[in-house]
Amino acid sequence: MNALSLRNLKKTYNNGLEALKGIDLDVEAGDFFALLGPNGAGKSTAIGIISSLINETSGSVSIFGHDLRREREKAKSCIGLVPQEVNFNQFDTVKNILLNQAGYYGTPRKLALQRTEYCLKQMDLWDKRDTVSRRLSGGMKRRVMIARALVHAPKLLILDEPTAGVDIEIRRSMWKMMQEVNQQGTTIILTTHYLEEAESLCRNIAIINHGRIVENSDMAGLLARLHVEHFVLDLAHPIAAAPVIEGCQIERITDRTLNVAIPKEHGLNKLFSQLTAQNIEVISLKNKTNRLEQLFMDLIDSNPTGDKR
Amino acid sequence: MNYSIAFRTIVIKEIFRFIRIWPQTLLPPAITTALYFLIFGKLIGERVGTISGASYMDYIVPGIILMSVISHSYANVVSSFYSTKFQRNIEELLVAPIPNWVILGGYVSGGIIRGLLVGVVVALISLLFSDIKINNITITLSIMVLTATVFALAGFINAILAESFDDISIIPNFVLTPLSYLGGVFYSVDMLPGVWQSISMGNPILYMINAFRYGLIGVTDIDIQMSFIITGGFIITLTLFSLYLLHKGVGIKN
Repeated sequence: MNALSLRNLKKTYNNGLEALKGIDLDVEAGDFFALLGPNGAGKSTAIGIISSLINETSGSVSIFGHDLRREREKAKSCIGLVPQEVNFNQFDTVKNILLNQAGYYGTPRKLALQRTEYCLKQMDLWDKRDTVSRRLSGGMKRRVMIARALVHAPKLLILDEPTAGVDIEIRRSMWKMMQEVNQQGTTIILTTHYLEEAESLCRNIAIINHGRIVENSDMAGLLARLHVEHFVLDLAHPIAAAPVIEGCQIERITDRTLNVAIPKEHGLNKLFSQLTAQNIEVISLKNKTNRLEQLFMDLIDSNPTGDKR
Repeated sequence: MNYSIAFRTIVIKEIFRFIRIWPQTLLPPAITTALYFLIFGKLIGERVGTISGASYMDYIVPGIILMSVISHSYANVVSSFYSTKFQRNIEELLVAPIPNWVILGGYVSGGIIRGLLVGVVVALISLLFSDIKINNITITLSIMVLTATVFALAGFINAILAESFDDISIIPNFVLTPLSYLGGVFYSVDMLPGVWQSISMGNPILYMINAFRYGLIGVTDIDIQMSFIITGGFIITLTLFSLYLLHKGVGIKN
């Protein structure tokens, strides 16, 4: 069953901006799905329409089989939204924010109290339950928004750049939490500008550009399309010039650092053998760019107008 | 889907909001109206004499109570709903499976409750200056609730259409306050010269204040039935307009 189905979804704003030019998208139940795209591509408009914050111009949205227009309340009850920006009442306590949200979804008080405790403990916020939310740190506010989105146990959780602006430690703990939520059966749609986040968490991906879906496939299949990978090599001994190896592009950055662009079929073992043959000893290597980032840039650059591929 | 829980959540949130900030919401009307009673009712009123057989103090008490109900039922909804918009936590309601009529009903109920609570506070203060015996409790309570409903709805519409904090103070300052003062709080419409009497008859607050005055002290300048028709008409019109704005997402959706 599809958690989400979009059909020919279009949105033209009053100022004439065509934010969505008819997108079709399916997200399977249980998936951890990445919706990526550059700024202004139409991601937030799509999420706004799915979560009823923006009225669509035409097209349809179906959530777990419930049409958002015809079965509005049933469709909406399936969704939990974590927006980009903090949007809870900053004068309310953390606990009240969750209790109110549970109430809006018709959760009885006793169950709402239980769910609030569960979600706050899951987000490591239980000891902050009586704190007025404006006194929380940025990372805690983000976690409050996730806890709030989970309090009514949604089947579909939409995370709109949930880790923007948080430090790496909090980001990693949020990744772990998102994976746990997904493993418990909640479908997750994630938008993010941290492509390593999407690569490590998501199983399927859609890339949106200029209001059109320009890529929609599984993550592994997409990454397999990357023919050339870029590495930075740290050398044990200084070298005067970049070595020449057929099939690879090698650039000397410093006397102990090389940039290498290597086709997948060439293989790292062969590269190391060829470098060793030239008395070059490699002590470490790292990917120069994230693999998904490389593909993302290729797709966006090759589709400047968002034409369908 | 149990909408009563969502409705109750909004109403309780609204009540806690205005109780939490009671020095801004409940205390000022108590002080202001005590001064009205003292200055206009006691000091000046003793020299005015009677109007339609009632002492001036008794005559102005209903108008001052209802004026407080009007301004506070309006203020509660306009400030609360606009703040909800401004802080963007309106999104919590828009994302949730709550029908528009529940959102409207919740906020309007919050406004009515604050309006009535302030009305009771002002009425209690009036007892220090006047010993009014209620003439008709049904008319008194029903017109009080209906008036609070009209202005809570009007506050809701103002909040939806407002784009800045300035926009939520324009109507109370430049429309509501003048209409209340010109609605016969301090005088009988019969005391006005001909043309002003006719103009005053176009002021809906005049009808509400007179019906309330009739309920409290049995004195009115206008037909009570007409008061209920006009008030009811406003409630229906404003409710339909509010629901239309919510349905279209005016001011709250992109």
